[in-house]
Amino acid sequence: MATAEEVAKAAERRDVRDRWLLSAPALLVILLAATGPLLIVLVYSFLTPGAYGDVKWQFSSDAWTSVFLERDIFDDTLSLAAAHVTIFWRSIKLAIVTTLATLALGFPTAYFMATRSEKTRDLWLFLITIPFWTNLLIRTFAVLQIIRNEGIINTILLKLGIISAPIQILYTDTAILIGMAYVYLPLMVLPIYASMEKLDFRLVEAGYDLYATRFKVLRKIIFPLVKPGVIAGSILVFIPALGAYVTPSVLGGGKNMMLSNLIELQFGQGRNWPLGSALSITVMIIVMVALLAYVRNAGKSGVRHG
Amino acid sequence: MPDKPDRNAIEVVNVSKIFGSGEGQVAALDKVSVSIRENEFFTLLGPSGCGKTTLLRLIAGFDFPTAGEILLYGQDIAPLPPFKRPVNTVFQSYALFPHMTVADNIGFGLEMLGKPKAEIKARVAEMLKLVKMEALAGRRTAQISGGQQQRVALARALAPQPKVLLLDEPLSALDYKLRKEMQIELKRLQHETGITFIFVTHDQEEALTMSDRIAVMSSGKILQVGSPWDIYDKPAERFVADFIGETNFLTAAISGTGNGKARATLKSGTTIEATVAEGFQPKDNATVVVRPEHAKLTKDKGDLSGTVENIVYFGTDTHIHVQLDSGEAFTVRQQNTRSAGCGFERGDKVGILIGNDAAQVLRD
Repeated sequence: MATAEEVAKAAERRDVRDRWLLSAPALLVILLAATGPLLIVLVYSFLTPGAYGDVKWQFSSDAWTSVFLERDIFDDTLSLAAAHVTIFWRSIKLAIVTTLATLALGFPTAYFMATRSEKTRDLWLFLITIPFWTNLLIRTFAVLQIIRNEGIINTILLKLGIISAPIQILYTDTAILIGMAYVYLPLMVLPIYASMEKLDFRLVEAGYDLYATRFKVLRKIIFPLVKPGVIAGSILVFIPALGAYVTPSVLGGGKNMMLSNLIELQFGQGRNWPLGSALSITVMIIVMVALLAYVRNAGKSGVRHG
Repeated sequence: MPDKPDRNAIEVVNVSKIFGSGEGQVAALDKVSVSIRENEFFTLLGPSGCGKTTLLRLIAGFDFPTAGEILLYGQDIAPLPPFKRPVNTVFQSYALFPHMTVADNIGFGLEMLGKPKAEIKARVAEMLKLVKMEALAGRRTAQISGGQQQRVALARALAPQPKVLLLDEPLSALDYKLRKEMQIELKRLQHETGITFIFVTHDQEEALTMSDRIAVMSSGKILQVGSPWDIYDKPAERFVADFIGETNFLTAAISGTGNGKARATLKSGTTIEATVAEGFQPKDNATVVVRPEHAKLTKDKGDLSGTVENIVYFGTDTHIHVQLDSGEAFTVRQQNTRSAGCGFERGDKVGILIGNDAAQVLRD
């Protein structure tokens, strides 16, 4: 006869085994589709470029050296690769500005949605998700139609006589920002809304009752409580914005190279797969460092009170 | 209360509050007027949906009246936002800020008023002592029990020294024993701070034990305002008599009205003396109420006669339900003793004696 203890242990073992079995498909997909390719990229970054693309199986750290440095062709000295640094900085700047812009637009939107009645809330939620139904490229071209010189904005302003010549918006940094903010706004709104919906608005009343003005209530009560949503939204926007490819190319006219363009170049015309791999991993590291710093900072200010 | 000055802290003048519009329009308050005196423990009592919480929210400033004025020491505060009113609220759900410690919650109001740090610290310490929560000052609000949260909510609302403290059913989430404790605690706090308390509850027992005065509300109106004794012993309307405690309703023919009294002839033919609801001139027929503990059962002939229907033992007393010969129902409450049973059995023919000054003529 098995004792109660043995039965309990067997049940626990079975429980553990079942959990592994149930998560096996997901683990397999992650292993094959995410971790595996990443390892390949990592390995490639330490190899020598082949003459027609691809790699030669010969160890080299050249790719990593050329991420931020360049070798002088005459005297072989190393100096900072100004072009790469500029491109990195431009992409990081765009990602930061996009995150801030979507936050500035998304926070009030989420607040508005969360304060509607239950029925209308669903309608707003539905409206927010509509852009996801269309392809990114089409959405970007739709923005292009609106802001180009013969587009809706300029035509209306011209007709009304407010301006005498079309304003050049397309192919400027403003155009890229408009496009990026439009494309990534839902990714900011949804997580903030999810936090905001759980917010107990009686706490807001309690704040007003205790002499906090509307701004103080926002800063001292609403914002700290929906911060998890703000953090999640910022992450969801910042990461893809850093690697954005379509929107900057179409709306910026491809004048200024972005990180994504640079990486694409290495795998295409550049025929330097190891450098492309090294750049990709560098971007990942930047994202990870930025996120860690951000989450830590945000977490700290949440705990510190008095 | 004779020792309390007759100065009004809050005056509610003809206040109406209508929610919604058109067909779905609901009048939560219908031309309500009431004066609440300084230093008073005032209770708004009524069933859910009677408008008591709406009235409290209007005084706090979370909602604005559709019509009427709300005066705080003579100044109309109805149009002011809540953060400009020297009035604080203890919420039914406590509404403590979950991202702050107990001490930060209590200091929040003072911080928002821009008080100096040292003053806030001293006042928070004082409040913590007042509600006996010194040991838990650094805890998060999620890490303390319901009763402790209640104390913190009280301390938070009292810290800015409001002119009036509003309490929205603050004890309803506590278990029976804790509720009893907090009732005493609230009375103590009110006495120590000298702040006017406006307390909302649907619990008649709570209202009777704690209040200086009670306003009984129903369907957006205040039916009667008075001391617990007034409300219990001299109910003006059927709703008030029915809502507070148990009572017996009898139809009677009225004669000889005057001096706040009348002679009421019951269906059994007996005539008894009764007090009359204030400001009421009864016509020929009216309803008379008699509390179960103000009547006595006898095996002889009484003022009323009937048959014992049911006997319910309550520990401290026994309720004896009698079917009167006139067809009406009547309950008598009899104090229990250790030595014997109640002395009656189901089916007994009994008489009921109504004591002097036991009956009240209602306004309805």
